[in-house]
Amino acid sequence: MGDIPVVFPIRPVWESKESSSRIPFSVYTDDELYKRELERLFYHAHWCYVGLEAEVPNTGDFKRTVVGERSVIMVRAQDGEINVVENVCAHRGMQFCRERHGNKKEFVCPYHQWNYSLKGDLQGVPFRRGVKQDGKVLGGMPKEFDSKEHGLTKLKVAVRGGVVFASFDHDVESLEDYLGPEMLAYFDRLFNGRKLKILGYNRQRIPGNWKLMQENIKDPYHPGLLHTWFVTYGLWRADNKSQLVMDSHHRHAAMVSTRGAGGAKSEVTAGVTSFKETMEIQDKRLLDIVPEAWWGGPTAVMMTVFPSVIFQQQVNSVSTRHIQPDGKGAFDFVWTHFGFEDDTEEMTQRRLVQANLFGPAGFVSADDGEVIELSQNGFEQKPFHRAVAELDGHGTENTDHMVSETLIRGMYSYWRSVMEDPA
Amino acid sequence: MNTIDDIQAYVALVTLNADYASALDSADWDRWAEFFVEHCEYKVQPRENYERGFPLCTLALLSRGMLKDRVYGIRETLFHDPYYQRHVVGLPHILSRDGNLIEVETNYAVFRTKLSQETTVFNVGRYLDRVRIMPEGLKFESRLCIYDTEMIPNSLIYPI
Repeated sequence: MGDIPVVFPIRPVWESKESSSRIPFSVYTDDELYKRELERLFYHAHWCYVGLEAEVPNTGDFKRTVVGERSVIMVRAQDGEINVVENVCAHRGMQFCRERHGNKKEFVCPYHQWNYSLKGDLQGVPFRRGVKQDGKVLGGMPKEFDSKEHGLTKLKVAVRGGVVFASFDHDVESLEDYLGPEMLAYFDRLFNGRKLKILGYNRQRIPGNWKLMQENIKDPYHPGLLHTWFVTYGLWRADNKSQLVMDSHHRHAAMVSTRGAGGAKSEVTAGVTSFKETMEIQDKRLLDIVPEAWWGGPTAVMMTVFPSVIFQQQVNSVSTRHIQPDGKGAFDFVWTHFGFEDDTEEMTQRRLVQANLFGPAGFVSADDGEVIELSQNGFEQKPFHRAVAELDGHGTENTDHMVSETLIRGMYSYWRSVMEDPA
Repeated sequence: MNTIDDIQAYVALVTLNADYASALDSADWDRWAEFFVEHCEYKVQPRENYERGFPLCTLALLSRGMLKDRVYGIRETLFHDPYYQRHVVGLPHILSRDGNLIEVETNYAVFRTKLSQETTVFNVGRYLDRVRIMPEGLKFESRLCIYDTEMIPNSLIYPI
């Protein structure tokens, strides 16, 4: 084969044992690896985001969503508790819940009318005791049939600050331990107990591997280069006062930054071809930023909670972004924008106008989906190759600047520790 | 639709939609902004949000200035894979008319064609418009694009 490498490697080859700075393309393209990711990262030992309490305010309110690729239902039961159950009937396996939201007293599978409480317990099975005819009992379930063994699969649930996480793994550590103290502080900053007000959803399907979205929000290298909008208005610049912070496992991260004066040409914009010095906004409402007390300094905190969610605060726009993988080459990206119960009408409008920057059409988000799609294309054609994430070296330390790919290296050092475990 | 005036207005609406589709499909973004009055509203919103009373939009532009800001973004700042759009617009269904203000609903389908790729359905929905009859012609006071399409195929760059 000469100097041409094997195009389709059997398993990803990492160039270094110590550093995860060179990421094999095949981690994005291999079907078997993807199945193992679902197994180990989504279905075992991890918490996944399912929604916000404010989406199910009343008894019986439910929302259908997913954990990994598995359809689940988040529902508020009669006791006020939030439950998450798998959307698969215990009888013949039908995905019985088709509405995406609504209110129910119980779950009924339309196929044979098996019905379940909102906590997932099997309550009724039609013809369980058979049918009486001519003094005889026809059919029915065997005597030893025990309803308790045939409930819906129940997930472990954790609720904090109005955010709901679930796990199929009942041995998973507490959500607080899972996030770790560093992330918990940023989490509690955003979700500090105020009631949330749902502003609505945006849904997009991005044809790229799900990890690329985690990486996108662990990559402070690109915003000032790809997103010209950010540069020009100083919302995100390489010279913003900033920090990159991870949990002790390096799986979660926060990119924390404080907006500078902006506008003026300086060292960090001089060499950036995407910088538009003369750009002036026509409708200033797009950038009508009003600091809020709870920010406590930073104007933007972008949190990646591995593997399933991003919590966004970009000035006055706050949202959750749910990563819903669908095969190795695509994921659905669901944005839930929200505000807080004590927001004035002006603040709600401000959040809604600033939402123009984010989402599938956003001035500083639409292009993220585009580069993810085109990266995936590159990986697929050249799966033996690897990416280079070596800005600021090879390590996984926290930093107090943005000129670094440390968070991506951190995520892959964690990924390798879980994925390469022979167990 | 009883009077000559009503029939003229209907024809004018059909013409407006045809002009609008033509401007968008030829990527004439400057012309796009000129279909609107100065204090206008242009929103692209998922049907789900519209029907559930959630105010969030995929795009919510609140003046002609903001439309021009979007045009600048399309031209200068938003990196994207190039694509063609093709609008197929149905016949206007007039909801109400009050003098020079017409409220009207019109179905649309937008197809997307990327270079070297097949044509796909990009976005399907209905326009909910408030159209003002002005001396210089018909202008949108407000155009809501309420779309059925559950998943935006990656990103939405150009107006609908």
